[in-house]
Amino acid sequence: MGTAHDVLVAGRPPRSVFLDFPLGNTAGRPFLFQEQYNITRAALEALENIRQPGQPITLGHKWSEDESWKITAMSDDRGDQRQPRDLIPRYQFEDDRIAAEE
Amino acid sequence: MGPVQYIQATTDRYTKIGYKPYRFFYADKAPSWSPLNKSLSACKLGVVTTAGAYAKGQVAFFYKDDASYRILPKDTPSENLRFSHVTEHYLGSARQDPNTVIPLRSLHRLEREGIVSEVASDVFSCMGGIYSQRKVRDELAPALGEQFVQQQVDVVLLVPM
Repeated sequence: MGTAHDVLVAGRPPRSVFLDFPLGNTAGRPFLFQEQYNITRAALEALENIRQPGQPITLGHKWSEDESWKITAMSDDRGDQRQPRDLIPRYQFEDDRIAAEE
Repeated sequence: MGPVQYIQATTDRYTKIGYKPYRFFYADKAPSWSPLNKSLSACKLGVVTTAGAYAKGQVAFFYKDDASYRILPKDTPSENLRFSHVTEHYLGSARQDPNTVIPLRSLHRLEREGIVSEVASDVFSCMGGIYSQRKVRDELAPALGEQFVQQQVDVVLLVPM
């Protein structure tokens, strides 16, 4: 499965499906469980239906009628706010660190 | 409009701010091919996500070439799943609903419905942003491959973030 078409194509997996959603929603949108199911099921069925390596199969789901999110994704600078690349575990919550160190 | 060109966008952004370029992986040869010799409904499924998921109580991922992985029981409750990933700004959906990048709820249903014969009892999670391709090729991928061999799965679903 993948939402970055160019990364999928570059990696040349033997079988793949592409979902044209923003990164971070590979298996569908939050709490839309039927959509998530349909996407995951389509990915599994591709395991059976793809008979030779090739381009990703594009799934038919649309994130929105308005595709302005793609413009945002192309010009998005939020990725510049990087945490240091070091060996310190990056816990989502402080409680997680405490739980892991107990 | 066609798909977002993430490689170009990332390259442009890193160039602009003076970071070393992220080296995306380009396969230099055709993928190996293993025919599926049984129906999907007879297959045991393995699962790995590269979203940096960990369960509460486990050690989180770090951001410098972390080639480790976490073992997550497939019945891990959503509320116990956490995420640490170098591209934190893409984690918004996963931190609301982990099923967006680790679709355990869907997989349980697909198993109940017999679309697959079984989902392996544990799923795996690793960091999707690793600068060292060597570490992925020589450490992470073989370790995950060995896990899947031990699980005796027939097919594997890879869910990147």
